[in-house]
Amino acid sequence: MGPTVVNSLEIRQLAYAYPDGTQALFGVDLTITRGERVALLGPNGAGKTTLVMHLNGILTAGHGTVAVAGTPVAKDTLKEIRQRVGLVFQDPDDQLFMPTVRDDVAFGPANAGLRGEELDRVVKDALEQVGMLEFADRPPHHLSFGQRRRVAVATVLAMKPEILVLDEPSSNLDPAARRELAEILRSLDVTVLMVTHDLPYALELCERSLILSGGVISADGRTPELLADDELLASHRLELPYGFTIPQSDHA
Amino acid sequence: MGAGHHHQLHLPGDSVVHRLPPQCKLLAVLAFAVVVVATPRERFWAFAVYAVLLAGVAVVARVPAAHIVRRMAIELPFVLFAFLIPVIGLGERTDVLGLSLSVPGLWAAWNILAKATLGVVASILLASTTEPRVILIGAQRLRLPSLLVQIAMFMLRYLDVIVDEMRRMRVARESRGFEARDFRQMPVLARSAGALFIRSYERGERVHLAMLSRGYTGQMPMIHDISASVGQWGTALALPVLALAVWALPW
Repeated sequence: MGPTVVNSLEIRQLAYAYPDGTQALFGVDLTITRGERVALLGPNGAGKTTLVMHLNGILTAGHGTVAVAGTPVAKDTLKEIRQRVGLVFQDPDDQLFMPTVRDDVAFGPANAGLRGEELDRVVKDALEQVGMLEFADRPPHHLSFGQRRRVAVATVLAMKPEILVLDEPSSNLDPAARRELAEILRSLDVTVLMVTHDLPYALELCERSLILSGGVISADGRTPELLADDELLASHRLELPYGFTIPQSDHA
Repeated sequence: MGAGHHHQLHLPGDSVVHRLPPQCKLLAVLAFAVVVVATPRERFWAFAVYAVLLAGVAVVARVPAAHIVRRMAIELPFVLFAFLIPVIGLGERTDVLGLSLSVPGLWAAWNILAKATLGVVASILLASTTEPRVILIGAQRLRLPSLLVQIAMFMLRYLDVIVDEMRRMRVARESRGFEARDFRQMPVLARSAGALFIRSYERGERVHLAMLSRGYTGQMPMIHDISASVGQWGTALALPVLALAVWALPW
């Protein structure tokens, strides 16, 4: 797209109140450039999920703008936006609703109009990227939790998204599945926004972190620096797990 | 395909019947059932021929008789009902083994038994040779209302998830000393059922969001376009056509 830097995601002054009057976002500003992996940290109730719902137009901004690769999220761009923003939900059982893994991965691209051999190829590529190709004909409920989460990632990769948005990717995973997912995420050539309060996972995968607290972005910087600031973390109900110290090499 | 071991109705195989496109089989079973139902109950041997036709399908599909008989258990309530009709029926009566039975009742019972059994066996043959999800693809191909097909599809997908949720709730109840002994425990069970309903409803909303996120517009995309050749339609429809020929024979 030319020599200018394209921003995968650009949010300006985003505010949102739920219909019952609860204000969840008070003016969020953030920019993510193409190829970045960014962690969005915040305690429960900080508005993380509300923010994520704005990224592909499930909720529409009360005030402010959201743009994905330069395209504003609006009623008439929804179809395009939903292809560009790959949302991976927390519970893979919510995400995998088709009878087989293959059908589920095909759902998005098929909605975009792909059929036949082209569809097969896209599905195969996406499953290969997460190492789940051999499970293509299994029903999702016969897979382990970690496998289901990997398939959930494949379902959105198949849509060739501009940005991959993961909601608590490490939740409920055993240590091995957690590491396997990290390896997969690191191998992908795509912009990633990871919503989490698993701070070590953010440190492992994301160069940059944002802290969302009280409906605004209250910190934005290099992950190792943010996580080394105990005072900052404590003021937003975040803390590193017991015994965890940030490896020295990350400080450099 | 992996779905086999869970859906005990389906017998994986590679016979001619297994390979037929689902829409052909669905229509064939439906047409066969219509012919059976339309046959006057007095034509005993027409029903015998229908049974032979189904036996033929079972042989070609390599579905063992034991499998069919075991699955026929679903018909039992109707059988019981059919046996009751001659006893409680009105009109002319006759003595069978010392029991006074109603003649119209006997005819009605025979009618129900014969037709229901043939219909059930035909459905078992369909289910044994076609994976549940493939049957739904067939229904989609036949342009059945897409909403109904989607509901059936989600039921198939989420049945295990909901059963699992139910099991966890039971374990949670029992680990706190609850035992369902008699009617007095009903309110607890009713509340569990209510909670399960709300959880499932909320899951439905989340699934809908996930579908919207991947471009769902109200229609399921036709991912598997299983088209049927004229030959396949011919093979599948041989069953109802033969049945129709029997029905049309001069008596």
